[in-house]
Amino acid sequence: MLIGLEHYLVLSAVLFCIGLYGALAKRNAIVILMSIELMLNGVNIAMVAFSRYIVPSLLTGQVFAIFIMVVAAAEAAVGLAIIIAIYRSRETIETTKIDLMKW
Amino acid sequence: MAVVGVAAALAVVLLRDVFRAALSLVLCFLSVAGLYVTLSADFLAVAQVLVYVGAISVLIILAILLTRDVTQGSPTNRLRFPAIFVAVILLGLLTFALTSTRWAVSTAPPLVPTTPALARGLLGEGGFILPVEIAAVLLLAAVLGAIVVVREK
Repeated sequence: MLIGLEHYLVLSAVLFCIGLYGALAKRNAIVILMSIELMLNGVNIAMVAFSRYIVPSLLTGQVFAIFIMVVAAAEAAVGLAIIIAIYRSRETIETTKIDLMKW
Repeated sequence: MAVVGVAAALAVVLLRDVFRAALSLVLCFLSVAGLYVTLSADFLAVAQVLVYVGAISVLIILAILLTRDVTQGSPTNRLRFPAIFVAVILLGLLTFALTSTRWAVSTAPPLVPTTPALARGLLGEGGFILPVEIAAVLLLAAVLGAIVVVREK
């Protein structure tokens, strides 16, 4: 079987949906961050697949993927810092118990 | 490669042990790097291993160890079944849209190696030099913000 563009795109959709389920249904804030990383990886696969099969000589998709990686690294650093700060002040990272701004 | 990646991703959201979920996240990142190699994106594969497997996984494992909520596992909230429903519906819609579209696939061979072309695209004439500098400022701001947030009062 020849592997084409559609296979990579469906795989990236599967990864994105697994990450979406984790981000919606989990209570631990760190697991939610891990699911968001999964979603970003799915999008990256789609970008690189488009770059390989539609414009093989321009590499614009790979440039996009590099910027997504930069933003993901920044987001992981800030997100984990916020989680640790919340854990220090409230002794929990369960998102259902962090209800300071809930009316 | 794809099977390993999807299985590891499922393990991330289904395992009850947070630490094991983090380790299977590392496996998922590695298999995504392998997929980049099959897509002839050599620079991106190396960057994936460096940034995700090297840096982000270590950050996540460090945060898990610092917060000591490992004993409670990773329970789901009461939105579990709506979340499954939404994810499956979205997956069906995406798969239908992706497979029924006729993509204008080019038959040109891929560039090997991609690093010089990527450098030209990022830093060369008419490239993405302004976004590169903005990304540098963004990273600096994120690191400073993280330090300020976790600093002891």
